[in-house]
Amino acid sequence: MIGKSKGFRIFVGAVMTLLVVICLFPFLILFVSSFTAEEALIANGYSLFPEQFGLDAYRYLFKNAEMILRSYGVTIAVTVMGTALGLAISLLLAYGLSVKNLPFRNAIAFFLFFTMLFNGGTVPSYMIWTQVFHIKNTMAALIFPRLLVFAFYVIVSRTYFQSNIPEEIKEAAKIDGASEFQIFGKVVLPMAVPIVVSIGLMIGISYWNDWINGLYYVTDTKLYSIQQFLNRMLQDARFLTTNTSGVEMITNGTVPTNGLKMAIAAIGAVPIMVLLPFFQKYYVKGLTLGAVKG
Amino acid sequence: MGKGKQKKKLHLKKFLPIYLMMLPAIVYLIINNYLPLFGIVLAFKEYTVSGGIFGSRNVGLRNFQYLFQTRDAWIITRNTLLYNVAFILLGTLFSIFIAIVMSEVQGRRAKKLCQTVTLYPYLISIVVTAYLVNAFLSTETGFINTTLRRPLGMEEISWYSQAKYWPVILVLVYIWKNFGYHTILYLSNLLGIDRGFYEAAALDGATRWQQIRHITLPFLKPTIITLTLLSVGRIFYSDFGLFYQVPMNAGALVDITNTIDTYVYRGLMQLGDIGMSAAAGLYQSMVGFVLVLLANFVVKKVSAENALF
Repeated sequence: MIGKSKGFRIFVGAVMTLLVVICLFPFLILFVSSFTAEEALIANGYSLFPEQFGLDAYRYLFKNAEMILRSYGVTIAVTVMGTALGLAISLLLAYGLSVKNLPFRNAIAFFLFFTMLFNGGTVPSYMIWTQVFHIKNTMAALIFPRLLVFAFYVIVSRTYFQSNIPEEIKEAAKIDGASEFQIFGKVVLPMAVPIVVSIGLMIGISYWNDWINGLYYVTDTKLYSIQQFLNRMLQDARFLTTNTSGVEMITNGTVPTNGLKMAIAAIGAVPIMVLLPFFQKYYVKGLTLGAVKG
Repeated sequence: MGKGKQKKKLHLKKFLPIYLMMLPAIVYLIINNYLPLFGIVLAFKEYTVSGGIFGSRNVGLRNFQYLFQTRDAWIITRNTLLYNVAFILLGTLFSIFIAIVMSEVQGRRAKKLCQTVTLYPYLISIVVTAYLVNAFLSTETGFINTTLRRPLGMEEISWYSQAKYWPVILVLVYIWKNFGYHTILYLSNLLGIDRGFYEAAALDGATRWQQIRHITLPFLKPTIITLTLLSVGRIFYSDFGLFYQVPMNAGALVDITNTIDTYVYRGLMQLGDIGMSAAAGLYQSMVGFVLVLLANFVVKKVSAENALF
């Protein structure tokens, strides 16, 4: 809008400041509390200005770091594998659907599209994955159900391929003797880098944040992802203490339960928050993908 | 005739590499999305482990009869619908307001900072969100009880056992967590408005409020309508994490936080009532399907280019 009255500037500044505070405040409480001495937490609760800082929670975590490191390992492995595989097969399908004159193209497009309209529901999916494919307590359980291919991303990529990659370039490559796979890998993909990065990022974040597959299919604590680990800790604060060796427990004295909860949540949240400014451009692009054409 | 057939064969052979490239995703969709459709029969069966998916006894519509005879069916439908209506109305208003204000922020660094910060709640997982909410609401150590209420001499509230607070809490948490995403959508739209409109309006002496009312809002209208209708199409679905994680699965809150999705989960994983759970899931899928078709039909009438199909 035009017209730069001072009052309006102040209004915009005030609203935005308030908004930033509202967004960050819960995180601040989380971080500060994780660095608060346990006695201060028991006496005064979570606050921004604790009476006494302390490293009880982190000290305890480092002594029992094995489970957290392992669950981070699981999350990273699942995110990398799921994203690579999901991105690859989604883009291959999108490329096929972008090929002109492909017989049955519309039928395949509808086959893909229908998955966005109707699903059998949670129970049938659960039954198929557990009774036919027996994925309970395997790494596959964290990768395959639900998350691998989203019809929406395939459709968006197909549209991108169709409107941004001229037929003549593909034809030229074909005349030079390139196979379809080479055309896809050496001609089409390099011309579609922005959308590939954005979609890869969206798939990656959905794997990083997923806890539902773990909730349904994983009971073995060795296969806990960081999100499922956090989920268990929230439901049962003694989960960590009952799963580490009892000997250490005695020598460590009491468990700083209140601070520990906050420290673990902080460890779960910090990496992705620190990274956001670096991938923000692609994330914003991913969020607005085809959602609103304008 | 024989020639035509041969030609078609050659044709298909030419496209064979393409089909092979598409195959992995197609196989995945068959397994993940189409095979479970056969499992829908579970809604009409009394499931036993020995019988399996297809061998269990048929009971016709009995699961549905039981489901709709209980209070549960009414409660989960009511909760799912009412929460979604509140989310759509309040969430949309708030996001539009923030998007309009944010589009006025000057300076690249300030803009980026605002965007980063508002995306944090959307980016983190719902499990971490549940921890953040717990930092506020925990009875003994929560910020509200210990830092706000205690110094003022007010009694502590046991938030996780008082159902009456939760509709407000869940709406606030939903808006906090999701407004960043919707704001980005509206913002990307706002940036497309030609500044010339505002310059002309300002020359004609239009106030800022008039500019918003007569330029900005009409410009956003198609997007607002489309996003709202798409949400209406999803009104029978709820964010499982929001209703399961954030109330920490507390027993006292079940009546006010139970939605179709949490009901299906509890039926399947906690009660082992597979027939009933499948029936509730099918009820959701069928109504959801009709609503998506309806919503799309309306979008098509309003702004055809934003229709899903």
